[in-house]
Amino acid sequence: MASIEHNGTSYEVDEDGFLLNGSEEWDENWVDYVKSVEGINDMTDEHQKVIDALQEYYKKNGIAPMVRILSKTTGFPLKRIYELFPSGPGKGACKMAGLPKPTGCV
Amino acid sequence: MAKHDTPLLDELEKGPWPSFVTDMKRQAETHPECWDILGQLELSYEDRITHWKHGGIVGVFGYGGGIVGRYSDVPDRFPGVEHFHTVRIAQPSGLYYSTKNLRALMDLWDKYGSGMTNMHGSTGDMIFLGTRTENLEPLFWDLTHDLDQDLGGSGSNLRTPSCCLGESRCEWSCYDTQDICYHLTMHYQDEIHRPAFPYKFKFKFSGCPNDCVAAIARSDFAVIGTWKDDIQIDQAGVKEYMAGNYPSNGGAHSGRDWGAFDIKKEVIDICPTNCMWMEGDELKIDNSECTRCMHCINVMPRALKPGKEKGATICIGAKAPILDGAQFATMVIPFIKVSKENEYENVIDVIEQIWDWWMEVGKNRERVGETMQRIGLPTFLRVMEVDAMPQHVREPRSNPYVFWKEEEVEGGFERDVEEFRRKHAA
Repeated sequence: MASIEHNGTSYEVDEDGFLLNGSEEWDENWVDYVKSVEGINDMTDEHQKVIDALQEYYKKNGIAPMVRILSKTTGFPLKRIYELFPSGPGKGACKMAGLPKPTGCV
Repeated sequence: MAKHDTPLLDELEKGPWPSFVTDMKRQAETHPECWDILGQLELSYEDRITHWKHGGIVGVFGYGGGIVGRYSDVPDRFPGVEHFHTVRIAQPSGLYYSTKNLRALMDLWDKYGSGMTNMHGSTGDMIFLGTRTENLEPLFWDLTHDLDQDLGGSGSNLRTPSCCLGESRCEWSCYDTQDICYHLTMHYQDEIHRPAFPYKFKFKFSGCPNDCVAAIARSDFAVIGTWKDDIQIDQAGVKEYMAGNYPSNGGAHSGRDWGAFDIKKEVIDICPTNCMWMEGDELKIDNSECTRCMHCINVMPRALKPGKEKGATICIGAKAPILDGAQFATMVIPFIKVSKENEYENVIDVIEQIWDWWMEVGKNRERVGETMQRIGLPTFLRVMEVDAMPQHVREPRSNPYVFWKEEEVEGGFERDVEEFRRKHAA
């Protein structure tokens, strides 16, 4: 599988660029890398809140939350989440949080 | 020159029929990656399993849907299909393309993709098959800026709404399907592009019960044109049909001699509710028994027409087989006015009532029809604030028990039975 290098650290990723080893490899440097590829200018507390919510839910439940639950726990309407993560909660936020690729439907 | 041997696929080129294998070989002359589709499909036939991976998340900034990630699980052997993403593109209402628009779309896809299309997918939109991740943003830019068109829906969102050609060409259409389809597409941009539902949700609009877009079979929210009053009968027209002066079914069966038209055999006797008869030389219909099967109107379009008080029936919850079997939509609202004068406010109210409930109680990847089945129709009707009526009943019940709600029982469940019996002796 492919690997990505950022500031001297390399990460194993799947074809969509999600971390293969999840939280084992996840670090601040990875956040910085995803920021550069998913159209995010500056990391804010709001970004951090979404990342924390995703990681917390994943640790507890073993899957990514449904979009509606993410909105509820963070208090951000979906529109705001897309402003924070232009590629959306699945592709942008989950990738940044180091969650495995959400199993979407076609 | 063939890049892979495809003996199994080549079988599909034999015979007098058109063949997708031939089409793809021709396409491979200008888009060599198409050889790798054929190669991978041949391997799938040998291995009896698909070599497309399931899932994949790709997209364009600002949208969470519209593009379906697709990857090969044997990219080393078939590098041309290593990435082979599918792009959904919103179709014009009623599928009215200009040749100019079609050429522009094909040029766009020639430039950024394999040139292979599926016109149309069962949602109703255009499906462009096969491109790489790095092409997505430039494709989206050109599509929206040069062609003024948009991506459709994919994933757990509102899918691209679709409709029949409606009043533009069809005298039976009971409302303007194209207008409501376009209006709701614009009204629900957020729901189409940014998935937030438990699962997919489809709107389909058919102008009459012939249901040319098969709304009742494959949409979560089917709006099917109907009328409230009586079928309009032109008795002079009926006589012309009986005399053989008008061809039945608008001449659709004229390729063969079926003999003289027999109104009894071809219409009256096969009316599903037996609600038609002749009185002398006049055709009579008991309209209260009519179930809108459309057969008599289809056979004698110059004599029979839908009534004058037009609107639509709303059926909810159809789906293709995924977990349970395939399921038709359930009739929930027998008649609703569909009018652009109020900007479809009453239809929008019904939609949002469903969504509010389904987004709360629907499980992940559960279509609204499945939620209805799990929770039960009586509960769903209460949610929709619709009074139950005989037409909601699929079959007579076999369970003799009546499950009362407490507020329906005089004095509630805690009432004093002895006090009650004093007034109502058993």
